[in-house]
Amino acid sequence: MTEATTFKAESPAREAWRMFRRNIPAVAGVIMLTGIVLATLWGTFFYDGNPYEIVWAPHEPPGVTPEFPLGTDYLGRDIFAGLIAGGGPTLAVGAAAAAITMVIGVSLGALAGFYGGWVDNLLMRITEFFQVLPTLLFAMVLVTLFSPTLFTIAMAIGVVSWPQTARLTRAEVMKIKELEYVTAARAIGARNRRIIWTVILPNAAPPLIVSATLTIGVAILFEAGLSFLGLGDPNTMSWGLMIGSNRAYILDAWWPVTFPGLAIFLTVFSVSLIGDGLNDAFNPKLRER
Amino acid sequence: MTPSYLLRRLFYGLLLMLGVVVLNFLLIRLAPGDPAVVIAGEMGGADEALLAAIRADYGLDKPVLTQLGIYIGNVLQGDLGQSFFFNQPVATLIGDRIGPTILLVLCAQVLSILLGVFLGVIAARKPNGVLSGFVSVFATIGYAVPVFWTGIMLIILFASVFPIFPVEGMQSVRLRDAGFMIRALDVAHHLVLPAFTLALIYLAQYARLSRASMLEVLGSDYIRTARAKGASERSVLFKHALRNASLPILTVAGLQFGNLISGALLVETVFNWPGMGRLAFDSILRRDYPTIMGVLFFASAMVVVANLLTDLSYRLADPRLRGKS
Repeated sequence: MTEATTFKAESPAREAWRMFRRNIPAVAGVIMLTGIVLATLWGTFFYDGNPYEIVWAPHEPPGVTPEFPLGTDYLGRDIFAGLIAGGGPTLAVGAAAAAITMVIGVSLGALAGFYGGWVDNLLMRITEFFQVLPTLLFAMVLVTLFSPTLFTIAMAIGVVSWPQTARLTRAEVMKIKELEYVTAARAIGARNRRIIWTVILPNAAPPLIVSATLTIGVAILFEAGLSFLGLGDPNTMSWGLMIGSNRAYILDAWWPVTFPGLAIFLTVFSVSLIGDGLNDAFNPKLRER
Repeated sequence: MTPSYLLRRLFYGLLLMLGVVVLNFLLIRLAPGDPAVVIAGEMGGADEALLAAIRADYGLDKPVLTQLGIYIGNVLQGDLGQSFFFNQPVATLIGDRIGPTILLVLCAQVLSILLGVFLGVIAARKPNGVLSGFVSVFATIGYAVPVFWTGIMLIILFASVFPIFPVEGMQSVRLRDAGFMIRALDVAHHLVLPAFTLALIYLAQYARLSRASMLEVLGSDYIRTARAKGASERSVLFKHALRNASLPILTVAGLQFGNLISGALLVETVFNWPGMGRLAFDSILRRDYPTIMGVLFFASAMVVVANLLTDLSYRLADPRLRGKS
C-alpha cells in the first residue's frame, strides 16, 4: 500500500443522517408519517366525500358498502371522509403547538442557562410554577376563557408544555457555555446575543431536535384530548372530535371510535419512532441500551 | 433531613399555591367581558340582583389590588366562591369529588410503578432478550396511544366480550346499602379498568426507565462483589441493584404526577368516575368559572404535595443527600 489510509472528515449532521438512514424503525416512522401527511393534504383529491354530510344509514359496518370502506357513524356520516378531513387540523395544531413550545422553552431556557444568577433564579421559579399546574386542566381553562379556535388551542398547548423544554435547554446551555470555543468566540469580541444564537444553540441542537420531535407527538395527543372533550374548534373536523361525538354509541358500533383512535395512535407512533431514531443517531454511544 | 429544610420546602410549596391563587384571579380578569358575568357563568341565568351580589362579594367596584386581597383572603378562609351552576359552595363540591380522584390517581401510580419496575428489572437481566425488546416496543406504543381511546377500547372489550369488570361509575346502585367491606370490594371492582387504563401509559415508561437505570447499575463493581460473595440472583437484582437504580425512577414518578392528574381527567370522563376530572369537565361545559378555578387550585395543590413527598422520599432513598439542603 503506497497511499496512507486517510479518513475523510464527516460533519456531525452527515454522520447522524447516515446513522438515521440505517435505523429501520425510524425510517418506517418517516414513511408512515409522510403517508399520513400526504393523505390528509391530498386525500380529498382521490376520495371525495364530505365528512359533515349524512350519506348513508347510521352505523353501517366497515367493509359492507364499497362506497364507505370504513362504515358510517351514528348520524350516517362517512368515517373515511372524516379521517381524511380531520387529519389536517390535528397535525397543524400539533405542529404549531410544538413550535410555540420550542420558542418559549428554548428562549427562556437559554436566557436562564446563559446569564445565571438572578435571571436564572427568576426564570426557574416561573418554570417550577408552571410545572405545578396540571397541563391538560390548565389548557382546558385557557381554551374556554379565550374561545376555541385552532390558533388559541395551539397557543394553550404551547403555554402549558414549555417548562420541560426550558429545563433541557438550560442544562445544555450551562454545559456548553463553559467550553473553550465559547471563550474563543468571546475573545474575538462576539457579544452575548451572538454567542447564544450562533455559538451555543447550534451546538445544543441535537437534544433540542429530539425533544421537538417528541413534543409534536405530545401536542397531537393533547389536541386529540381537548377535541375529545368537546373543547376543540367547533367548526373543524378532527380525530379527537370524531371519537368524542361517537362515544355515547360505542356499545352499538365499535368502528366510529376505533379508526380515528388508530389514526391518532399511528401518527404519534411514527413521530416517536422518528424521535427515537434521531436520539440514537445523535448519541451513538447510547445505542446499545 | 433537617427540620429547617422541611420548613423551607413547606414554605415554598405554600408560595406556589399562592401563585396559583393569583393566577386564578388574573385569568378571570383576563377573560373577555365583565368579571361578574364571567363568575356567574353562562348558565347561571344571572339577573341584575345576582350580579350586584357578586360585585359586592368579590369587591369588583374596588381597585384591582384590593380585589386581589379580598380574593386571597377568601381562599385562605376556605371560601373558593359559589358555583352558580351547581348552586353549592365550590369547596363543598370539590370536597365530595377529591376522594375518588386521589384513589384513582394513587392506584394508577402504584400499579404503574410496581408493574413497570418489575418488568424493567426482569428485562435488564438480558439486555438483548425478548423481554427487553418487548419493553422497548411497549414503551413506544404506550407513549403514542391516547389514554381516552385506550379506555374506550377497554370498555368495548369488557362490556361486550368479557363482561367481568364494570365499565362505568364507582359503585353499584344495588350495593349502596351493603356493609362496608362489600362496598369497598365493589369500589375496587369498579376501579380495575380506570386505574389500569391510566397506569398503562406510565407503566411502559417506568419499564423502559428502570431497565436503562438497572443496566447502568448492573455494570458496577459492587454488583460483582455481591455476586462474588454468593448472593442469590434475586437478591442481587432486587436488593443490591434496584436500590441504587431507584433514584431516577423516583424523580420521574414525582415529575409525572401532574401528567397523571391530566390523564385522570380524561379517564374519569370516559369511565364516568365521580371525581374532580368529571367535575372540571362538567363545569367547563357550563362555563362555571368558580368551580373550574377551584379544581385548578386543588389539582395544583395535589401536585405540590406530591413534589414535596418525592423530595422527602428522595432523601430517604439516598443517604448522601440527607446532610445537604
